[in-house]
Amino acid sequence: MVRRLAYLLPFLLLVIVAGYFLFGLERDPGELPSALLGKPVPAFDLPALTGATASEDGMNTDDLTSGRDVKLVNFFASWCVPCRAEHPLITRLAGMDGVRMFGINYKDAPEDATGWLQRLGDPYERIGADRTGRAGIEWGIYGVPETFVVDADGIVRMRHAGPLTPEIVERELLPLIEELQR
Amino acid sequence: MKRFWAAILVACSLLASQSSLAIRPDEVLADPVLEERAREIGKQLRCLVCQNQSIDDSDADLARDLRILVRERLQQGDTDDEVLAYMKARYGDFVLLKPPMGPVTYLLWFGPALLGVAGIVAVVFFFRRNRERPDEPTLTDAERRRIAEVIGDRPEAGGT
Repeated sequence: MVRRLAYLLPFLLLVIVAGYFLFGLERDPGELPSALLGKPVPAFDLPALTGATASEDGMNTDDLTSGRDVKLVNFFASWCVPCRAEHPLITRLAGMDGVRMFGINYKDAPEDATGWLQRLGDPYERIGADRTGRAGIEWGIYGVPETFVVDADGIVRMRHAGPLTPEIVERELLPLIEELQR
Repeated sequence: MKRFWAAILVACSLLASQSSLAIRPDEVLADPVLEERAREIGKQLRCLVCQNQSIDDSDADLARDLRILVRERLQQGDTDDEVLAYMKARYGDFVLLKPPMGPVTYLLWFGPALLGVAGIVAVVFFFRRNRERPDEPTLTDAERRRIAEVIGDRPEAGGT
């Protein structure tokens, strides 16, 4: 009997290994882990985008750690095509109750960014201009666009690299915002 | 002819030393010791855009930014480990090309060795079992006699 079972062993091993590989197949290798999740927003202090349609104050860490609202931080640039694609979604999210939208303009020429915002509309409450990309490194971004969800306590709760899509907004972003607002 | 081979040799060694470094001249530090340390660190950091290249090998903008940042931190007096920790705090373990040892990566580090040991154990067991198989059929007396008969009957070489 024991010997009979021993013959099953290779088969069991196969099932385990195949299951492991199948699990690996389902995972997205492009999914980028963020070291910031569950941690406070990094320290940064960015000047305003001169001539921006919205705030002239720039943006820093304090903006994200004060107030009770859920905050979204969106890294964008006028030279970035996917940013343009996600712009209507960003605008929609910015219009939501209890959500504040912050923008960090990444490695952009101020006049280009301003023109871009004037053409497409400026959804951001405040914009910080990160001309060198240093604030981007503090946030651990890989490129633009990237979007972070920050809770009322200034803790990073979600990071999405790449443009937001309606699916991601519906499936991940909105449920999280709802949960954080409770 | 000798000269031809010498030329080939020189060309090869030049090519070999060239590698694919993407570091631009304006990034290089004046202090050769610091630059050497920056190169060592750069080799260990992943370019997050191209992912399987180190930041020293990558032409991506972010890789360049990180290279410059590494050099800045070194100039401010950071140790090599502090620079790596700085990067890790922002980009996670993923930024390190060599994954750190930890509970999450034990399987990664020891998995191959474990598989090897398991294989050796399996092979040893297999051969041992084959050698001392207890129920190996033995010859009966009749069979032995018959064999002796056959061997005995065999004509001598060149007999006929």
